[in-house]
Amino acid sequence: MISTFANPHRFMKFTQWMGPALLGLGIVILVWGLYQGLVLAPADYRQGDAARIMFVHVPAAMMCMGVYAFMVLASLSSLIWKHALADIAAKSAAPVGAVFTLICLITGSLWGKPIWNTWWEWDARLTSVLVLFFIYLGYMAIWSALETPQKAGRAAAILCLVGAVNIPIIKWSVDWWSTLHQQASITLTKISLPADYIVPLFTMLAAYGVLFGALVIMNMRAEIFSRRAEMLVQRQYASMD
Amino acid sequence: MANPVVTLFFRELRLAWSGGGGAALPVGFYAGAATLTPLALGPAPDLLRAAGPGILFITLALASLLPMERLFQADLEDGTLDALGASGANYTGMALAKTSAHWLASGLPLSLIAPVLWVMLQGPGAAVGVVLACALSGSLAFFFIGAIGAALAAGVRRGGLLIALTALPLYAPATIFGASALYAVSEGRDFGQALNLCMACAMAAVALGPFAAGAALKTALD
Repeated sequence: MISTFANPHRFMKFTQWMGPALLGLGIVILVWGLYQGLVLAPADYRQGDAARIMFVHVPAAMMCMGVYAFMVLASLSSLIWKHALADIAAKSAAPVGAVFTLICLITGSLWGKPIWNTWWEWDARLTSVLVLFFIYLGYMAIWSALETPQKAGRAAAILCLVGAVNIPIIKWSVDWWSTLHQQASITLTKISLPADYIVPLFTMLAAYGVLFGALVIMNMRAEIFSRRAEMLVQRQYASMD
Repeated sequence: MANPVVTLFFRELRLAWSGGGGAALPVGFYAGAATLTPLALGPAPDLLRAAGPGILFITLALASLLPMERLFQADLEDGTLDALGASGANYTGMALAKTSAHWLASGLPLSLIAPVLWVMLQGPGAAVGVVLACALSGSLAFFFIGAIGAALAAGVRRGGLLIALTALPLYAPATIFGASALYAVSEGRDFGQALNLCMACAMAAVALGPFAAGAALKTALD
């Protein structure tokens, strides 16, 4: 399947309706998941309604790591097999991943205010997600800074892999750091989630996943169109000489 | 004929020391930034002792970023790297030679004045050895991680900010462990663990960084 789509033409034909279709499906699942999570699920006995933000927050946290993993796979197949669309896939996924990371950070902060009584705590998890956000920003900056898409694609793929090596190290170091400082870490006590919570949580995760697919496909199509347009313009200049 | 990578290493060192290379500028920046600290925080010894180790390490990280913009850019623009590539030098070797030469020219002096600044920020004088070890391993990690960003941004005009944006998140581990070791020694706790981990960051950066920087240089030269 992956080698089938190495042909951009075939990819464009196949995905013509896929982007909007997935987008519609994603929005339907999202609305259903939000309704389940925000209305149907019972309020938490300790946190009250504030716990409902979890249905937006936890799937976003899963996605921000998952999207980076997707970008690493795409960057690897771009560097190793020179897959024609892998660069474009990684580039298209980056802003979506950055937004998931931002959603995760913002909703976490909104939840932290009533529960932890602080907008921000330099807790290991929060810190490593924030660093991940900066890695996303750096990745997107490389894409916008280098001139030709070929060079930018290779440089961005290298940075993506360097980031992949570093993310576990950053995670450990940040864990270590709060241990070394022996801060009063406020963590949510482990509660095994009841089905009332599990179902909306995974519905939301499914919605995010489908929306991610839709947005990546639409971004990729836009990128392919703009490269074709660029090529046409250059051909026109060449014929004018 | 000598190995082109070795030749490049000594050429870089000579250029850095012969003046005009600006090798000493980061040291001036480091000393200046550390001098501003008491002016901003006030001269109270207790406060300086509490904030000093962290400030010393952050300014070290920032000072290490300064030479990065010119690390590969000048040689890329005038074609030196192209000529070296044509003469059979491999890109990993070039990245290793240039980064280690620049570390010797700028990173080593940075590490050497760190203990002086430490004492000026009211750190305990007996700890200068540990401070030196922290600064040496920290600056090694900063230089070799920064070199990846420098190679990625080599073809970009005014790529300095791009280097900072790509390299700073990757500075997190070395900063955490280096500053932890400094705080531990300043408060008389056991610093061994944190210092070892900071050195591990430096070794990982020196071992792996040139491969990534070399691959990025190859991209920039095509």
